[in-house]
Amino acid sequence: MTHFDGRGTDAADQAAPAGRRRESVLTLRGALKTFGPVVALADGTIDLAPGEIHALVGENGAGKSTLVKILAGVHQPDAGEFTVAGQGVSFRTVADSKAAGISVIYQEPTLFPDLTVAENIFIGRQPKGRFGLISRGEMRRQARELFGQLGVPIDPDRVAEGLSIADQQIIEIAKAISLDARILVMDEPTAALSGIEVERLFAVARRLRDAGSGILFISHRFDEVFGLCDRITVMRDGAYIATHETSATTVEAVVREMVGRDIEALFPKTETETGDVVLRVSGLTRPGVFHDIDFEVRAGEIVALSGLVGAGRTEVARAVFGIDRYESGSVEMLGRTLRGKDPRAAIDAGVGFVPEDRRKQGLVMELSVERNAALTLRHSLARFGLISGKAEREASATWAKRLQVKSGSPEHAVSTLSGGNQQKVVLAKWLATDPKLLIIDEPTRGIDVGTKSEVHRLISELAGRGIAILMISSELPEVLGMADRVLVMREGRITGRLDRSEATSETVMHAATAALESSR
Amino acid sequence: MSLDSRHAAPAQPAPHPTSSPLGSFLRLRELPVILALVLLVAVTAAVNPLFLSEQGVKDLLLNATILMILAVGQTLVIITRNIDLSVGSVLGLVAFGTGSVFVAAPGLPIVLVFLIGIAFGAVLGAVNGLLITIAKVPALVITLGTLYIFRGINNAWAGGTQYFAGDRPDAFGNLSVDTVLGFPVITLIAVVVVAIVAVYMLGTRPGRDLYAIGSEPEAAKLFGIPVTRRVLLAFVVNGALAGLAGVLYASRFNSVGATTGSGLELDVVAAAVVGGVAIFGGSGTVVGAAIGALLLTTITSALTALRVDKFWQQAIVGILILAAVVIDRIAGVRAARKLRIAEARNV
Repeated sequence: MTHFDGRGTDAADQAAPAGRRRESVLTLRGALKTFGPVVALADGTIDLAPGEIHALVGENGAGKSTLVKILAGVHQPDAGEFTVAGQGVSFRTVADSKAAGISVIYQEPTLFPDLTVAENIFIGRQPKGRFGLISRGEMRRQARELFGQLGVPIDPDRVAEGLSIADQQIIEIAKAISLDARILVMDEPTAALSGIEVERLFAVARRLRDAGSGILFISHRFDEVFGLCDRITVMRDGAYIATHETSATTVEAVVREMVGRDIEALFPKTETETGDVVLRVSGLTRPGVFHDIDFEVRAGEIVALSGLVGAGRTEVARAVFGIDRYESGSVEMLGRTLRGKDPRAAIDAGVGFVPEDRRKQGLVMELSVERNAALTLRHSLARFGLISGKAEREASATWAKRLQVKSGSPEHAVSTLSGGNQQKVVLAKWLATDPKLLIIDEPTRGIDVGTKSEVHRLISELAGRGIAILMISSELPEVLGMADRVLVMREGRITGRLDRSEATSETVMHAATAALESSR
Repeated sequence: MSLDSRHAAPAQPAPHPTSSPLGSFLRLRELPVILALVLLVAVTAAVNPLFLSEQGVKDLLLNATILMILAVGQTLVIITRNIDLSVGSVLGLVAFGTGSVFVAAPGLPIVLVFLIGIAFGAVLGAVNGLLITIAKVPALVITLGTLYIFRGINNAWAGGTQYFAGDRPDAFGNLSVDTVLGFPVITLIAVVVVAIVAVYMLGTRPGRDLYAIGSEPEAAKLFGIPVTRRVLLAFVVNGALAGLAGVLYASRFNSVGATTGSGLELDVVAAAVVGGVAIFGGSGTVVGAAIGALLLTTITSALTALRVDKFWQQAIVGILILAAVVIDRIAGVRAARKLRIAEARNV
């Protein structure tokens, strides 16, 4: 599956021939890292050759992030052997790692929102001009040159605040190139990107590979791993499992190694009877953001809102739920019009909202699992305005159990859970309110493959129980696999309405990008 | 490469808004505070021409000098997403210390006294900085603590003692009386300080690091910026500047004692905020903060010149602070909306 692209088949041709590899640019063998009694990484092993893109895959909690942080110099391994360009190294700081030519691009780029793009690239090593002071002109010129190389025009003088995640990653890459990094580590760079942005990123990655850099690529998306990477290393439970030539293995084999068991189909959507209309949105408009949005969702139906990132999908969902205002149009739940900009009214009418960004919008990370799960229930649980801890525990325990949330104890802080389990807590939180409609924004973003199918199964089950589901997703296979109907948005308008039988990657992609083609 | 022309199409960024000097002037963060100051002076001078007499201007500048220096120091700290509430107490300690030094060693060169005061302030700033970076307790709490501790030491040290201008050499007091080209000497000192710190913040790597730290502390750490060292530096410089302000205070005002500088910290923070320094760090300039300090002190004088009741003066300062925050917020929201629309079109 290539996102909105359909060019995955020729991927194998693009993989670098195996014979070209030279001596490793980076090796890590048997790295151990413990935090108190917790073993985060038992056997971190990786071998990166120059001029290759090397995938590192594993479920969440497999130790990939810890391994990345060791490479980045954030963590120091307790044991193990670490070489860069054949030399043994032991990094004490991030600066040591950088000096050795390693650049890390994290899943969520870490830019300085108040500084300009150019300054973000050169912070700490700005070019100097007269009197030893920073030369902004020179800095701007070098930034332009970098973006020219990457073929991406970004204004070096604008502040980083408000840049799309894709552009933020391009800036991180520009930074890496300007640092002359021989080793580039990308930790789930595509998690928040749309198809076109992914292709742009891959084009850049391939160019760097062809120039001789070693690239370590971490992703949960197998189409990307198989389309882009030359070799694949699998990790499970903090330990190295195996490394394969991409051309000599299959998705099924890799998945089996990752989860240590066979898993069923990735997208277990079960057929359900659809009932009455639950949500009806008519003529919803917010100038400049979305226009004339009409659609309905029926009980037991999963409707996917698809399209490129930035097409206005999330904005529509937020307006429906009453977080953001809209200028005209109406939102009806079960025949009754909802007041705009009033999430409380939406919740009371039976709407649940699972936001895209779990950490910031869906959960209170420092609170316990049970507290989070009971957050939406505070009104119904309260007696004389006070909330009893017992009632809270009972209500949350029911759902946490049904959703199989894996946590040490319901009293543990949510921040200690893996991404997939956090998502389950968010789901539990809303399910406890007995919703009629559940809006889910990017249900499996950043979730590993095992938990992903569990989340899919859960959503499918909920639909089976008669809950109407509006799902926003940038992952085409998820959309095609889960949805009864697909609505495609482009530039704030619905440009495609496809039934399950009509929806293919080509039809969805066409509706999502038609304007871009016709504008040529 | 698989990036064909269709895919490459969308990346053209929105046309860059006017890069002309006028355009960048209009987008200056300090613009509102500058306009407010110009308007205030113009209106007051129209009603009361004496306001802009030679003596009037001199008084305005003298009144603003000490707050200006403190606001510049505070800005360094605020930009790193910290705050220093102890500056009033630091100023008090150094001012009383300056009085004591002149009494204990009347012949000491004035330059040496300045250096002693600055060093004393830097040490107190370092105490703050070390507590914050080592204990990893929010600066608000630490400096609230040292505000009382430093003041307590000042009380114990001074007791009922006060030193008066007569205890100090005439040359020292004259720094606040003599003028060069119409500017009082201590104001010139303040202007030089503002200029040096402004260039440092704008044109040196450590200066830019401070902005980066306040803008996104986590990113700063991941990027390998020596966060601890830089934050410590900001507190030490702020302390040193508060020390300088303390010495100047002893020159400018008749008496120094146990309560000198009490309550000044809030004026200082207010000056920085009014001058466009974001309270959560990452943006704002020392020049803006200095103008903010000038605006706050000028308002007080202007309202007196306009015979406005003392009570209203405080309320108006409060309104000004809120206005600064609101203007900042509106500008931020508008910029975000523009970018959002531009991006939705561009993807």
